[in-house]
Amino acid sequence: MAIVDTQIEAIEQQRPGRFREFWNYFSENRGAVAGLIVFLSFILIAIFADVLAPYSPSDQYRDHLLQPPFWQEGGTTEFLLGTDAVGRDMLSRLIHGARFSFFIGLIVVSISLLSGVTIGLIAGFVGGWVEIMIMRLMDVILAFPSLLLALVMVAILGPSLINAMLAIAIVLQPQYVRLTRAAVLAELPKDYVTSARMVGSGTLRLMFITVLPNCLAPIIVQAALSFSTAILDAAALGFLGLGAQPPKPEWGTMLSEAREFILRAWWLVTLPGLAILITVLSINLMGDGLRDALDPKLKRS
Amino acid sequence: MIQFVLKRLGTTIPTFIGVSIITFLFIRLIPGDPILIMAGERGMSAERHAKLLAQYGYDQPLWQQYWDYLSGMLRGDLGISFRTKRPVWDEFFALFPATLELSVCAIIFSIIIGIPSGIVAAIYRGKWPDQLLMSTALVGFSMPIFWWALLLIIFFSGTLGWTPVSGRISLLYYFPAETGFMLIDAWRSGQEGAFRSAIDHLILPTIVLGTIPLAVIARQTRSAMLEVLSEDYIRTARAKGLSPFRINGLHALRNALIPVITVIGLSVGTLLAGAILTETIFSWPGIGKWMVESIRSRDYPVVQGGLMLIAGMVMLVNLFVDLLYGIINPKIRKS
Repeated sequence: MAIVDTQIEAIEQQRPGRFREFWNYFSENRGAVAGLIVFLSFILIAIFADVLAPYSPSDQYRDHLLQPPFWQEGGTTEFLLGTDAVGRDMLSRLIHGARFSFFIGLIVVSISLLSGVTIGLIAGFVGGWVEIMIMRLMDVILAFPSLLLALVMVAILGPSLINAMLAIAIVLQPQYVRLTRAAVLAELPKDYVTSARMVGSGTLRLMFITVLPNCLAPIIVQAALSFSTAILDAAALGFLGLGAQPPKPEWGTMLSEAREFILRAWWLVTLPGLAILITVLSINLMGDGLRDALDPKLKRS
Repeated sequence: MIQFVLKRLGTTIPTFIGVSIITFLFIRLIPGDPILIMAGERGMSAERHAKLLAQYGYDQPLWQQYWDYLSGMLRGDLGISFRTKRPVWDEFFALFPATLELSVCAIIFSIIIGIPSGIVAAIYRGKWPDQLLMSTALVGFSMPIFWWALLLIIFFSGTLGWTPVSGRISLLYYFPAETGFMLIDAWRSGQEGAFRSAIDHLILPTIVLGTIPLAVIARQTRSAMLEVLSEDYIRTARAKGLSPFRINGLHALRNALIPVITVIGLSVGTLLAGAILTETIFSWPGIGKWMVESIRSRDYPVVQGGLMLIAGMVMLVNLFVDLLYGIINPKIRKS
């Protein structure tokens, strides 16, 4: 037994570390690295919004209503990206909007991932009618177009950012349940699970310590994808007036407020949407890279 | 095959019942009395309140209400709208052609551009056409379509003045809605310029609604083509000296299209979700806009019935796509 152990260790040492190997694959994809850089700066902007923003997002400068960005006639460097209809600084609102979007993505992914993975593990391990009930319930949620279901749930719970996040988390959760269950079903017949059972591991240990780490690759990729979906859906709800409520500087809510100025003040409409697009695009680029690096089977050639 | 169909139906029917229970419970979960919400600020007498409760069936026990809802649904009765006092079922099918017309145009648009883009990207794998097309597809995939709609309006309607901003046809034209499809009705009306006006109104909503399916189809076509191009029979075809057009067009594309067709079929849900935003922005009188307005004005019978019909439609299409896939690809039937 001891000899076998040392042999395995010797082989392990020759392999590059897991993270190293992952990074080698990931950094091959230039788009993914660019996405990662943009995403990290987005996180930094979100965290340090108070320091970075030149003004408060809610202060109204009544002498500077609908002022264009500085490079256009009538704009000043005082308000780099111009002001909105009540004289609030666009740049500061956009910076604080990053905080909302980051917060939304983080909360939605945490809720849907934790509950989805747990339910998926239960479905995969318990089997029988529990599994059938869980999977049918997920089918039911998936039968509704996700944005519509979120809309109706928000209408029932009342329009607010928290309710919008809850609704989006519920809508995104079935993906995790399905992925986790499928991965568990693929892992369960393998020898290492049988041997862990033989030495007397309890079901909880088997679920979370033995099997779960081997199912993580598709779940991580899904987490990246649902981060961007969460931001898009929350912005759409805000745009329809059922997400974050004005005067909160959420990007979708800002767009819906800007609609009446669509032909008069292009910066009010263009900039918040551009912020959404850049953020979502960087996450999706990163997601593609993650998928290639974590799951060589799906690797795009 | 029969076994496969039965098995697939066996999962659809419980899902259908689940959807009906969820849509039923949604309305009962809302805090407050639906009749009082309908009355709004005006309020009403106790007698009238009791009468309306009985009229809408809200005084029955819950299981009785559900049974009435389910059996009514199978007879084509989904209750009466609070707002318009018309049957929900009739309203849905009066507005549905508008959404269907827009969705069909959007899906045609995304196929016509998406499949050739995917093929070109696969043939030039790793070269600049591939990189350009796939970066564009990723941007389209990440697009907040409500913003995309506003940008197109600013440019094409504002700056260039080419396209109208809202509605299905110019107010100058009037004719009865015979089929509900504006293009067909406008064509049949024979009025000069009506058909052209209907097309002008369709262009921007079609682009907006088609953008995400277009990106998905292009990406899927590319990866399906790449997979097929590495198969042995393609190498054989190359070795036989067939022209690249024959290889790519006939041998590869035919097999690559199977997963693409599935993706197209399964994008019905995406289209309906997109229709909510697209129709709201362009004042397109379809079921997406109808649902948003009903949600805003708390017209609960419409929310409940509309949700049920939309989910039912998505389930039917998914069932149809799965069965079609089972016919094309016998391997699926076993799994």
